[in-house]
Amino acid sequence: MIASFLPLWVLASSLVPAILIFLLPEQQRGARTALNLTAAVLKLVLVAIMTWGVAQGTVYEVRFAMVPGADFILRADAMACLFAGLSALLWFFTTVYAIGYLEGAPNRSRFFGFFSLCVASTMGIALSGNLITFLLFYELLTLSTYPLVVHRGTEKALAAGRVYLRYTITGGAALLLGIAVLYSLVGDVEFLETGSLRSVPESAWPQLRIAFALMIAGLGVKAALVPLHGWLPQAMVAPAPVSALLHAVAVVKAGAFGIVRVVYDVYGIEFARQLALLTPLMIVACATILWGSVRALAQTDLKRRLAFSTVSQVSYIALGVSLFGPLGTIGGLVHLLHQGIMKVTLFYCAGNFAETLGVHDIRELDGAGRRMPITSTAFTIGAFGMIGVPPLAGFVSKWYLGLGAFEAGMPWVLGVLIVSSMLNAAYFLPIVHRLWFRPIAGAWPEEHTFGRFETSAWFLVPTIATALFTVGAGLFAGAPFSPLEWAMLITRREYLP
Amino acid sequence: MSVAPAATLLALMQSGSTVAASPLIALALVIPLCWAVLTAMRPAPRQTLLVLSGLGIWNVASAMLWWHTRANGVVNYALGGWSEPLGIGLRADGIASSLVLLTAVIAGGCGVYRLCTPDADLRGTAMRWFWPLFFLLGAALNAVWLAADLFNMYVGLELLGLSAVGLVAVAGTTAALSAALRYLLAALLGSLAYLLGVALLYAEYGSLALSSVASGFAPTDTTIVALGFITAGLCLKTALFPLHGWLPPAHSAALPPVSALLSALVVKASFVMLLRIWLGPGAPLLVPTVAQGLGVLGAGAIVWGGWQAIQHADLKMLVAHSTVAQLGYLFVAIPLLIDASDTARAFAWDGLMLQIVSHALAKSAMFLASGTLIAAVGSGKVVDLAGVSRHMPLALFAFGLAAVSLMGLPPSGGFSAKWLLLQAALAGGQWHWAAVLLAGGLLTAGYVFRVFRASFLQGAEDRFTDTPLGWDVVALLLAGMAIMLGLLSTGPLDVMRFGALLQRGIT
Repeated sequence: MIASFLPLWVLASSLVPAILIFLLPEQQRGARTALNLTAAVLKLVLVAIMTWGVAQGTVYEVRFAMVPGADFILRADAMACLFAGLSALLWFFTTVYAIGYLEGAPNRSRFFGFFSLCVASTMGIALSGNLITFLLFYELLTLSTYPLVVHRGTEKALAAGRVYLRYTITGGAALLLGIAVLYSLVGDVEFLETGSLRSVPESAWPQLRIAFALMIAGLGVKAALVPLHGWLPQAMVAPAPVSALLHAVAVVKAGAFGIVRVVYDVYGIEFARQLALLTPLMIVACATILWGSVRALAQTDLKRRLAFSTVSQVSYIALGVSLFGPLGTIGGLVHLLHQGIMKVTLFYCAGNFAETLGVHDIRELDGAGRRMPITSTAFTIGAFGMIGVPPLAGFVSKWYLGLGAFEAGMPWVLGVLIVSSMLNAAYFLPIVHRLWFRPIAGAWPEEHTFGRFETSAWFLVPTIATALFTVGAGLFAGAPFSPLEWAMLITRREYLP
Repeated sequence: MSVAPAATLLALMQSGSTVAASPLIALALVIPLCWAVLTAMRPAPRQTLLVLSGLGIWNVASAMLWWHTRANGVVNYALGGWSEPLGIGLRADGIASSLVLLTAVIAGGCGVYRLCTPDADLRGTAMRWFWPLFFLLGAALNAVWLAADLFNMYVGLELLGLSAVGLVAVAGTTAALSAALRYLLAALLGSLAYLLGVALLYAEYGSLALSSVASGFAPTDTTIVALGFITAGLCLKTALFPLHGWLPPAHSAALPPVSALLSALVVKASFVMLLRIWLGPGAPLLVPTVAQGLGVLGAGAIVWGGWQAIQHADLKMLVAHSTVAQLGYLFVAIPLLIDASDTARAFAWDGLMLQIVSHALAKSAMFLASGTLIAAVGSGKVVDLAGVSRHMPLALFAFGLAAVSLMGLPPSGGFSAKWLLLQAALAGGQWHWAAVLLAGGLLTAGYVFRVFRASFLQGAEDRFTDTPLGWDVVALLLAGMAIMLGLLSTGPLDVMRFGALLQRGIT
């Protein structure tokens, strides 16, 4: 009985802290830190237990009637654990980072409250068992990220917030309409491995296609598919931990995860191919991959370059989804995890440079490797991972995506991957070069010293940890519970009914 | 439950047996009336114990009536033992009992908010008439919800209009007095048109009970003219676009708890009457052209009200225009209520009921929270809210929760209502209403986020006046209920399906 409520506990382990943090007075710094860290650890443990159970074949489910004709369902399946695991792990590290980052800053109570609420929404997105529950948490994520984007309260932040809302609220409306069309056709749409729409008569296929297009448009806003990506670079005005967790992981991944759910667990990959839905998705994904990289080249602000890199990299997931065949699926799913870990490392590093040296522009990074060797090493690992250098995590993703392209009989996709990798190298290697091989140009724009290390330990520990994960996910890809093994487990369940 | 077959839903709607007289119905009228008299005996701005006991008893009795209806179905009661057509016939069906309870809950919230008001804000000669008028308003609302004939509805409506105008004027400011005067004119004109229609109907059918008019109904010219007058009068009272001009000044100039009551409940009273008449006796005349026409006016309200709310510099005017827009959703539901598809009608009914209830909870919370913010900032302008996100987090949070429901974002009653109406529109193939519903949500987001945007700007540090904690608690509770309704709507909706109101409209 208690075990079947596990998804609810996982959700509560960030929802309850969110409420408690809102109620804590601003000055209660110690209590807030303790609460944050305890909750993050508790969530990791709960997700680990849940993942273990799911691997054994258990399905945890909580449901009740929400409105006539639709249930509220939380269910832990293999796919849910993939996203919940990623969020839980990165929430823990980012919380550590954020505690250090916001030392002495105003409005911390508000910040951490909404931060926890975001993670709760992400958990809800991971664990949703049907489309309407997914929509519920998807919109909650929009609402809880807005205060974080505008956190600084400057005109620039508020302008970014307005752009963010225009995109996400409109996207939410498209998603709502798409879901409503599906419900009006077939009733409550639950997420089922191999999908649930095959029995829809052929006369209703046009509506299915419309619903698909509406839902992908709605999800594509958060997944930053071109041309719906405009909000992401602007949202970089948010504080570093927000950029790291939300705009590298939670928000964009929520969109990508939604696409995965719609294709595999609503339509079913084979039925989606039958409806000829995969090719348009693949074209959009390829266009996004290339356009994001090209735009990244032109950026001189470090965070903006990383943001356009995110636009490009997240679409690898959509690409993997749209390649019909198990190897492409594995590549897409594993990249959901790998991209998150690598990109969060890069954002931590960008935050470290900005907070320690006051550096925001790439041209000011000359010689930073000597001043901040650990951060620079972590950055180099993340950048090489993104380019796809073996044996790092990114290599594993690209390897399977490439194999998937052949398996699907679309070798031209391999060309897209190669061009994209070259572009990745073209915008990451100059930064690495500046870090290690250029002399220090003079005084740093705004230097701070933090104790014994090159920067605050609150910053360094998460940076080192995620960099190690980037290496580990590639080196130990064959170990049980590695991202790759888990993606293979899901793929087996998706293709073999 | 997966999609409930429409047949089951319809069967549920017509169930609800009629049980012998229950004094609980009479209590719903008697209790607020008693307290109106008691508070008028020694009128004073603060009568804490008396008022609290009244609100408590009122809430308990209303909850018991709701529970009774839930268990036993529709209850009829002849006040004083006289049966129709002589006596005052009362009828507690699902919608009436639910609205009686909703009235008690919101009045409870607004009453407590008022009791927490600091003494300094209670000065003014008119203030001591607040409580008698407040309880009178409650009694009038319950009279409308429970009325079983056209004349009782008229009495309730007239009483409601007068007490509402009085409550607006209690604020005592020039703006309030001039708004009250306009409100009075609109209210009188509306009741007059309604009364004229009722008189014509009486001449035609010799009875005013909804059931007798329905049984002898014939679409004669007199009937059509009568229904025209009734509809015009009630639409004016519901502030349906383009007859809404009186609402924003009246609702924004009143005291916060009064604005909350007016926007949440008073405008709904005339709408529920409209619904009872058109889905009851008037159902044969509710042809698609009429229904679509009302829907178009509703769509106009959504767009115009939303657009006005985006433009206004004044916070309470923004919230008041939001009421104009939200009332539009009620009228958009009407063409869906007569759809050919059983599923569409069932969804439309549920969606409409949920919209009435969740808008009432959310809007009352929003007006109360706005009142708190304005009191703290000392200005009614949206731009002056800079910094409240730090200094008034609870009031802003209550405003935010209410806004979530009004925007129709999940989880909230507003979302579930929109979802059900959307399902109705799609099931009936009436796509244009789906588009209106979605556009309304976007417009709502447009004006509520203006408030958040202003609140996140960094403001000066120490220009905030402290406000009572009770204000925040009340607003949070009401907004929280609007949110919870999104997750737990099936139980309340089951009750609201009880009743013969739908006999002709829905079957």
